[in-house]
Amino acid sequence: MHRYIPNTDADAKKMLEAIGANSIDDVFKDIPKELILDRELNVDGPYSEMEIINRMCKLSNKNKNTNDLTCFLGAGAYDHYIPSIVKHLAGRSEFYTAYTPYQPEISQGTLQAIFEYQTMMSNLTGMDVTNASMYDGATACAEAAMMAADKKKRKSIVVSETVNPETRKVLKAYMKLHNIEIVEVPMEGGVTDLEKLKSAVSKETAGVIVQYPNFFGIVEDMSEIEKVTHENKALFINYVDPIALGILKSPGELGADIVVGEGQSLGSELNYGGPYLGFFATTSKLVRKIPGRVVGQSEDVDGKRAFVLTLQAREQHIRRYKATSNICSNQGLVALMASIYLTTLGKKGIREIAMQNVQKAHYAFKELTKSGKFKPMFDKPFFNEFALTSDIESSKVNEELLNHNILGGYELGKEYSQLENGLLVCVTEKRTKEEIDKLAKVMEVI
Amino acid sequence: MKIVEGLLYSNDHDWVKVEGDKAYIGITDFAQNSLGEIVYIELPEVDDELDKGDVFGVVESVKAASDSYTPVSGTVVEVNEDLEDSPENANEDPYGSWILAVELSDKSELDELMNHDEYKEFCEKEE
Amino acid sequence: MYTGYDKLIFEVSREGRKAYSLPKCDVEEVELDKLIPSEFLNDKDLDLPEVSEVDVVRHYTQLSTKNYGVDSGFYPLGSCTMKYNPKINEDMASLPGFSKIHPYQPTETVQGALELMYELEQSLAEIAGMERMTLQPAAGAHGELVGLMVIKAYHEKRGDTKRTKIIVPDSAHGTNPASAAVAGFDIVEVKSNKSGAVDLEDLKSVLNDEIAGLMLTNPSTLGLFETNMKQIADLVHEAGGLLYYDGANMNAIMGIVRPGDMGFDVLHYNIHKTFSTPHGGGGPGSGPVGVRKDLVEFLPTPLVEKEEDKYVLNYDMPNSIGKIKSFYGHFGMMVRAYTYILSNGPGLKEASQKAVLNANYLMNKLKEKYYLPIDQVCKHEFVLGGLNKEILGISTLDVAKRMLDYRYHPPTVYFPLIVSEAMMIEPTETESVETLDKFVEVMNKIADEAKENPELLKNAPHDTPVRRIDEAKAARNLVLKWEKNN
Repeated sequence: MHRYIPNTDADAKKMLEAIGANSIDDVFKDIPKELILDRELNVDGPYSEMEIINRMCKLSNKNKNTNDLTCFLGAGAYDHYIPSIVKHLAGRSEFYTAYTPYQPEISQGTLQAIFEYQTMMSNLTGMDVTNASMYDGATACAEAAMMAADKKKRKSIVVSETVNPETRKVLKAYMKLHNIEIVEVPMEGGVTDLEKLKSAVSKETAGVIVQYPNFFGIVEDMSEIEKVTHENKALFINYVDPIALGILKSPGELGADIVVGEGQSLGSELNYGGPYLGFFATTSKLVRKIPGRVVGQSEDVDGKRAFVLTLQAREQHIRRYKATSNICSNQGLVALMASIYLTTLGKKGIREIAMQNVQKAHYAFKELTKSGKFKPMFDKPFFNEFALTSDIESSKVNEELLNHNILGGYELGKEYSQLENGLLVCVTEKRTKEEIDKLAKVMEVI
Repeated sequence: MKIVEGLLYSNDHDWVKVEGDKAYIGITDFAQNSLGEIVYIELPEVDDELDKGDVFGVVESVKAASDSYTPVSGTVVEVNEDLEDSPENANEDPYGSWILAVELSDKSELDELMNHDEYKEFCEKEE
Repeated sequence: MYTGYDKLIFEVSREGRKAYSLPKCDVEEVELDKLIPSEFLNDKDLDLPEVSEVDVVRHYTQLSTKNYGVDSGFYPLGSCTMKYNPKINEDMASLPGFSKIHPYQPTETVQGALELMYELEQSLAEIAGMERMTLQPAAGAHGELVGLMVIKAYHEKRGDTKRTKIIVPDSAHGTNPASAAVAGFDIVEVKSNKSGAVDLEDLKSVLNDEIAGLMLTNPSTLGLFETNMKQIADLVHEAGGLLYYDGANMNAIMGIVRPGDMGFDVLHYNIHKTFSTPHGGGGPGSGPVGVRKDLVEFLPTPLVEKEEDKYVLNYDMPNSIGKIKSFYGHFGMMVRAYTYILSNGPGLKEASQKAVLNANYLMNKLKEKYYLPIDQVCKHEFVLGGLNKEILGISTLDVAKRMLDYRYHPPTVYFPLIVSEAMMIEPTETESVETLDKFVEVMNKIADEAKENPELLKNAPHDTPVRRIDEAKAARNLVLKWEKNN
């Protein structure tokens, strides 16, 4: 008997009798004999809870985690501080063992939390509406491009090379399916090459995608890009870091039509790459084209405020092949965690966190470039990441850092052949002066 | 169920009201009834060129979304913007709530539509 | 306990309160506009709540009391496999060695994570009868998309570019046609016959050299096994198409019959259904995709490979469809699923057996007062067509809403589309016979109420935090965020 299965063999016998069956095989008699698996499954187990803990801890201990290593690695996944209450509250099983809120009368907890998430994300991004979440930043970006192509009835998307390479790869795989052309605009000095962008954007362009701050941590000047995009009646799509919005002008103010991004920074662990949180915000004008689930406010028969999934007619379970997207599951629980995170940090906290990121990153930048052994790759304003270069191979630098229990930066040469030996260093609010000084000291003697 | 005399009807439960070279198009009482509470109507844009059978918009109810196909060809000359704010008008007064008007490009297409008696019979079969 | 709390967090907010603490910035601070030009900086206050830590805790705890999860009670939501979500899974996923590792860490520092992914892949492939799996897809629908991309890549590589259509049965999940459309295919619908199976004649009539593949759920969404499986597979393969298995209903057949042995070429799982990872109020899910041997080259990059006693990420796959998600998928969900497999081992078969037994037991008990359109042995779920026909004017929706008053989560309603007034019931193996008996009792009571006091059902629910909600109002006057004056 397995601990997750209450019915004993005696129960099963009674139940079989009640339905007029002789054995458990009777309820499988509709499966043709020749298809039946005639052996046991070859999978490990079963184990007791204690055995499982032992095995899993052994596996887990084979990994070096960010408690063992001081993390200066970012590039799309960030080691930010997570308040203790996030896990406790999201860990309430009424939240995490519930399904999608299709029965709103007994799902007001999830629905209201998502409504509050939509509100906070809309406020943070400066947009009118936010959906209930997408799989991750990269797929949210691909959905934004598809929405732009659908809305504009155009077949070309312009994307800057300064957008996260991982995101651009996902974008490419999605766009290929619809024969939508991707035009990549090269970078110049760490930012989108404006002249090349201007010649790339045309009346065929459905959307222009730029990252803010960009992959190199640089805060790009969006004003010209926005102008060119809208002159050609294309949609201006911003891929943003939500923490940076604690101090930066909101994409809404910069004229964005769609804002997407990776919300892992908002209360989620690194989790070796997932589950994370794709957020998707847009203007009221485009709300009927938005992919995925959306929660709206209404009232019940007694006139009491109530929340419910709305705009459902666009979704796959009703519109089938004509749906705006095939997305069904979202990242409900991760969106809840982001809600709790944003509530906890609130008006002042997000700004303070963003401030500490900027200050610590700039301090690290100053310390690491002091001797001239490591040089700045670019000379532009940045948020919490910056690119360095030196005569030493970046993989060699990282190896040496690892020997000192430091998780070094992202090796830019992997994705940008012109940036050989480039190292993208990330400094969040979690890093202390002591850790930064140690990093500088170790790097100095490599 | 209400069917109005003097209008023409399509298999897709659209009605057409001809005024000279212009035709007003909406959805019938039968259509609104089977869709349920209409929450949004996506309108075409003025100057859109539509061929018979093209999608001119989407009618959304709480539980369904249905593409609307134009029963006649022509250029869109007017759209009923009131429906953007009050889509429920299409439920309450389907024959008073035209969705779009086109400048007819081929009047012979009107001959293929049903009159109110034929449409009545058509609906009875559908039910 | 639900106390009637009805505040939004913004209404709790009071200026000056805070719920966080940060250490003092320990590096020398420079004025912000010396670091980033002021034209890039936000000069306005952020519009976010200001609350104390206790406020946050009370608020979300109160919200949780307005929710219903598997831990709250019976949740027979068809096709969603709402089985118990073991607590040990959660503990394992939050081990620092799994939760606090960065996706770009050097692979020599994450050997345990890679080993786990490798072992999970092996187990999932074994259960499916497939050669390899990708763990990258984020959810079932995402898995469908990936599987269809693989099918597309397969035909394209062979130069067979005419194959632009995917066949989908009329009983399929809505995600099937939606995914096929997103993957750039045209959809051909094939009918179900009276017993809910694929109509072979109709299938033959739509098969030709433009068909890329057929998507099938087996057992079907009616909970019935496709007894003509072999013929269906042969027909599609003879026509040059591939067979795609929608694994939503995998909980019926683990260790009993394998999709690969049924003739399927590609499949996706819903880890959050079959392998007990929680649904999280809508996600995150996880939708690994498995393929037969000659399709492995098309899977997304990277795959985890074992080289002697070392694990590596393999990006060297020139025919891969590319990347469809950042990094490697929902790793946290993989940890949970792997824990679940370890705790069951080959006993996964018992889970499927007991799930199917529970469904048949419930079906037999409920058919007395509810209409059962197809009366034959079912698999892990079954579909009723509402109340017996002599009770007029009471819809499935009314019955479902009344169930809320009795503290049950209702079944999936109005799906599949081919049964009118459908109620799709999936009890899963983690429910006891007493729970099922009690449920039958309540369902019968509701049927009696429908006869004696129909208004009770039409106005239900009566005893929930909110009652029936005006969905038309929500869709007509879109209020999608809180604003001070609404």
